[in-house]
Amino acid sequence: MFGQPTSPRFRAALAGTLSAGLVLGLAACGDSDSDSSSGTDASAAAIDCAPYTKFGDIKGKTVTIYTGIVTPEDTPHIESYKPFEACTGATIKYEGDKSFETQVLVRARAGNPPDLAIVPQPGLVKQLVSTGKAVAAPQEVSDNVDKFWDKAWKAYTTIDGKFYGAPLGASVKSLVWYSPSEFKDSGYTVPTTLDELKALSDKMVADGKKPWCAGISSGDATGWPLTDWMEDFMLRTAGPEEYDKWVNHEIPFNSAEPTAALDAVGAYLKNDKYVNGGLGDVKSIATTTFQDAGLPILDGTCSLHRQASFYAANFPKGTKVAEDGDIFAFYLPGKDATTKPVLGAGEFVVAFADRPEVKAFQTYLSSDVWANTKAKLSSGWVSANKGLDQANLTNPIDKLAGGILLDPKATFRFDGSDMMPAAVGSDAFWKQTTAWITGQDTPTTLNNIEKAWPK
Amino acid sequence: MSTTTPVTTTPPLVAEKPSAAKVAKKRLSSPWASLAAIVLAVLWTLPTFGLLVSSFRPERAIKTTGWWTFFSNPTLTMDNYKGVFGGDGGVNLANFFINSLIICIPSVLIPLSLAALAAYAFAWINFPGKNILFLMVFALQIVPLQVTLIPLLEIYVNIKITGTFWTLWLSHATFALPLAIYLLHNFMREIPAGLIEAARVDGAGHVSIFFKVMLPLLTPALAAFGIFQFLWVWNDLLVALVFAGGGDEVAPITLQLANLSGTRGTAWQLLSAGAFVSIIVPVTVFLLLQRFFVRGLLAGSVKG
Repeated sequence: MFGQPTSPRFRAALAGTLSAGLVLGLAACGDSDSDSSSGTDASAAAIDCAPYTKFGDIKGKTVTIYTGIVTPEDTPHIESYKPFEACTGATIKYEGDKSFETQVLVRARAGNPPDLAIVPQPGLVKQLVSTGKAVAAPQEVSDNVDKFWDKAWKAYTTIDGKFYGAPLGASVKSLVWYSPSEFKDSGYTVPTTLDELKALSDKMVADGKKPWCAGISSGDATGWPLTDWMEDFMLRTAGPEEYDKWVNHEIPFNSAEPTAALDAVGAYLKNDKYVNGGLGDVKSIATTTFQDAGLPILDGTCSLHRQASFYAANFPKGTKVAEDGDIFAFYLPGKDATTKPVLGAGEFVVAFADRPEVKAFQTYLSSDVWANTKAKLSSGWVSANKGLDQANLTNPIDKLAGGILLDPKATFRFDGSDMMPAAVGSDAFWKQTTAWITGQDTPTTLNNIEKAWPK
Repeated sequence: MSTTTPVTTTPPLVAEKPSAAKVAKKRLSSPWASLAAIVLAVLWTLPTFGLLVSSFRPERAIKTTGWWTFFSNPTLTMDNYKGVFGGDGGVNLANFFINSLIICIPSVLIPLSLAALAAYAFAWINFPGKNILFLMVFALQIVPLQVTLIPLLEIYVNIKITGTFWTLWLSHATFALPLAIYLLHNFMREIPAGLIEAARVDGAGHVSIFFKVMLPLLTPALAAFGIFQFLWVWNDLLVALVFAGGGDEVAPITLQLANLSGTRGTAWQLLSAGAFVSIIVPVTVFLLLQRFFVRGLLAGSVKG
């Protein structure tokens, strides 16, 4: 029954792919005859090729790059490599795979690593370096990072005194999503301190609303949004210095400051008056996927949702993400208006080969030229590269995130769970906070995480 | 002597069959059994049906409500199907059908042909160490394929075949062989010895016995195992993930299906449509060959 109507479509698909394959194959054959002109693309902006001439003639060479960035975010990445390809004649082979984080380790251990990998966690960079297959970044990359990035970024991938990878993109996690029209209609203002945020929430409760919505379900990574919440509040209630000590385990996980931070999160997320707008009670936080958690704002059943800048991609097509649109975000305020701690994350480019073409491409990726090229091509992407011209960020949320990242007053801190040992950062921390949201008390939760820390 | 054995053994078999079949038919055609079968069929089909309904619902509806709300608020859209065929500049599943077929067909044929030959040797040729060797092959089924992933990949790196289809063909063939040999061996053992002896008396060697006597009898078993292996390889993600590293040229459809929902899983409304596109081939294969499938399953059980 079912096979009958579908098989013609399948045949059409087969025929389509066969002919497409043939056409592509022929096109590839045609290309090799005239390879000098093939790299130039009308859409690719011309760049200064001088920095790459010193790597010698790398025309016709291939660099493979392996990442966890898949559709649709991969297209701007691939496009942004074109100016480099046009300059040098080298080819960049992009491979996106959602199981990157496990597969890159498998491939490194088995001796089949890519030339370059875009690694989203400093913890994973450490693991890759410990396989012995990663190679240190060349001097040119190191110079670029000194020039364009805050010192803190370089430290994330400096292992035993060797610098392994330049940062690539960044995301800002300290954001609260809200509906600009709701704020306008109800006369709410964007809070500038934590106390104001609390007052705003209470005001919304008084207006008969459940202000916050949250969701932490995310497959085997369930719980990670809560770790972000706790990190954000740790940065605010205890300050960046204490935060660093906490991440590096210089203070115990169950000491006073982390306890206060988690209780501060609990004042929002374990508060029946505040959550879970449009989704249910406190326990529904555990069962709602993080992708769905902010959507009730569009229905008007929820007013505030704390999630990173990348959440913009999650709203259905046609949703206007702007200060005067359907949805926008504000910076999760600091304790007072003068401090501006920012929780964020980012990716790093780690190399497994030191051939000239790989070095040249690494240099390109760490430059301000690449950051600007990429910014022009994509929306929902920012970088902490100081050479990034804010005017090239077109999307309002990117402008906001870029502004926060490059604000000289801001104190940037990397997502702590990404830097903690895997047994905590991607295991106990997630699981215990999930237990916490479903009823476990704060001391038990933190004691359990402390116990899980590798000795 | 030998030629008479099949004659004497077949009548009781023929006599037994209808009685067993009659009993089975009687029991299975009672109204209660039919009702149970219908309930089971509905229960098993319901999730797939929900998936089908979901695949036609608009993005916002998929993300906020269950598929059953479709019946109170029916809105149909083809957007999800457009999406999985590269509608928004994303993954185009059509490009990966060919890859999956290129992976599947040799991954079925290699173990089938090797296993049929090996099973014949284990069943009908006497050679020293046969039992120990067979025991080892049998025991290999217990080894979980996960423990072999990194060592196998190391071997592939050493012989420089990474990023080609060979890694997938060889891996799937190796993982399938122990079970294939064991199944086909059992099936071949059940073929009456007299048949082989008769062929031998007529002057046939091992080669002609294998091709002229064994293969025609084996068809249902081969088809059954072929379908099993095809479905397993088509649906495989783990082996492809580990060994197909090398970009889109060798990636099967399952890998793209896994990537369909986007970097942070925000486009998961495409998954139901993607699932339906990717099951077209296995469903077609199953429907075309299901007669063999049932025969192959029954062949061993009735005789045994």
